[in-house]
Amino acid sequence: MKSSTKILAASLLTVAMQPAWSADLTVEIQNLTQGIYFTPLLVAAHTPDASLFELGETASAEIEAMAEMGSLDGLMTIGTSVNADMVADPAGGLLAPSLSTSTALTTDDSNTVLSITAMILPSNDGFVGLDNWAIPSEAGTYTFYLNAYDAGTEANDELRTSMPVPPPLDPLLGSDGSGVTSEESNATVHIHRGNIGDDQASGGTSDIVNSIHRWLNPVAKVTVTVN
Amino acid sequence: MLHLLKNKPLRLAILASLSLGLVACNDDDDPETPVTPAPVDVTYQVTVTNLTNGQPLSPVAVMLHGDDNFWMIGESASVELETMAESGDNSGLLALPTVLASASGDAPIGPGGNETFEVTIEDITDAKLTVATMLVNTNDAFTGLNAWDLSQLAVGDSWKGSMSAYDAGTEGNSEAAGTIPGPADGGVGFEDARDDVDFVAAHPGVVTSSDNLASSVLDSQHKFDNPVVTISVTRVE
Repeated sequence: MKSSTKILAASLLTVAMQPAWSADLTVEIQNLTQGIYFTPLLVAAHTPDASLFELGETASAEIEAMAEMGSLDGLMTIGTSVNADMVADPAGGLLAPSLSTSTALTTDDSNTVLSITAMILPSNDGFVGLDNWAIPSEAGTYTFYLNAYDAGTEANDELRTSMPVPPPLDPLLGSDGSGVTSEESNATVHIHRGNIGDDQASGGTSDIVNSIHRWLNPVAKVTVTVN
Repeated sequence: MLHLLKNKPLRLAILASLSLGLVACNDDDDPETPVTPAPVDVTYQVTVTNLTNGQPLSPVAVMLHGDDNFWMIGESASVELETMAESGDNSGLLALPTVLASASGDAPIGPGGNETFEVTIEDITDAKLTVATMLVNTNDAFTGLNAWDLSQLAVGDSWKGSMSAYDAGTEGNSEAAGTIPGPADGGVGFEDARDDVDFVAAHPGVVTSSDNLASSVLDSQHKFDNPVVTISVTRVE
């Protein structure tokens, strides 16, 4: 009994000492909100010197396209160029409120950090994000929570003409709002201040519904299993 | 350490020699000058990043101090905390007797901005760290880090955390013209009267005129959700 414990401890130590170690992961993402949809998610393991976004810095054009339109094309081009290990769209489309999606991800030796992004809907340029989480070398299950960010690239006018409106949202959103604001005062990636919305199906300032489409952080729960 | 010595006579002998040593040190005729070790600087770098859309942060107070809390949920704010949370003036906090070393910003940190402070203390590696700043486009919202234990940081170690907004509970959240010191209003900062719950709590957020509080001078740009700042701490020496 004792000697087998010792051997196990020794092998764990070997793993821990390995500076770079290819990992076999399961990544589960749950939408914690009551009324907000996630567009197709990008789950990427990459080197620690790469980064999809940084708080307090201007978003890249690729993050802008993801946060305003839900497009992963640009981010995947970048990911490919830095040899990231990626899974795009594990949920096969939108991840609805309260639902979870899970994906396997095998990472290369040098891809030691994990990033996740998806646009949140309805919003102008909101996204849920994980920035460079260090993947533990020790096998186990790790749980953490994600916040909603504002890409800082588009004014939050909250109009349906300014955002993708997929089928589940189409009957809910109002129309012909005047616009909550035309100003994007903070042009860096920052914590999203939330939707305002209004209670008028037609007109008002916002096409977002104030009693359905609000949230508070955190908006997602991530469970990573290192196998 | 003494309890490890199971041999009683030996333990007694050591105790006796320790007592003798103490006596010798107190002897005025002792020709030897006591050696005072050179003081060792212990320095921390503290970076505060403003994560809000439209809430500048008042000049940040970074304080190393003894075993005191600068605020507690459910407890009444000190006048010094009230002053900082209502007006952004941190001078009262910096002057509190528990503060051993401190640094302060000269200017507000705008949305998306960040600032790094360096603060040094001699010989003490187990001080507490408090960081405090006001969200200036509010009546009395503040954020920071309260009495964080620095003994867990060895030289070269870093820690990073995301902080929520607190309400000092000393001024009602009227959002009315003339009551908010930040650029959204340019109103009065500190007022003596406590016309609110008079205890510190998690901040409920601002309502704003965009959300139909017609008397609010704030609009959708000033809304915020948690976290409102990240704070990272590195012990550099």
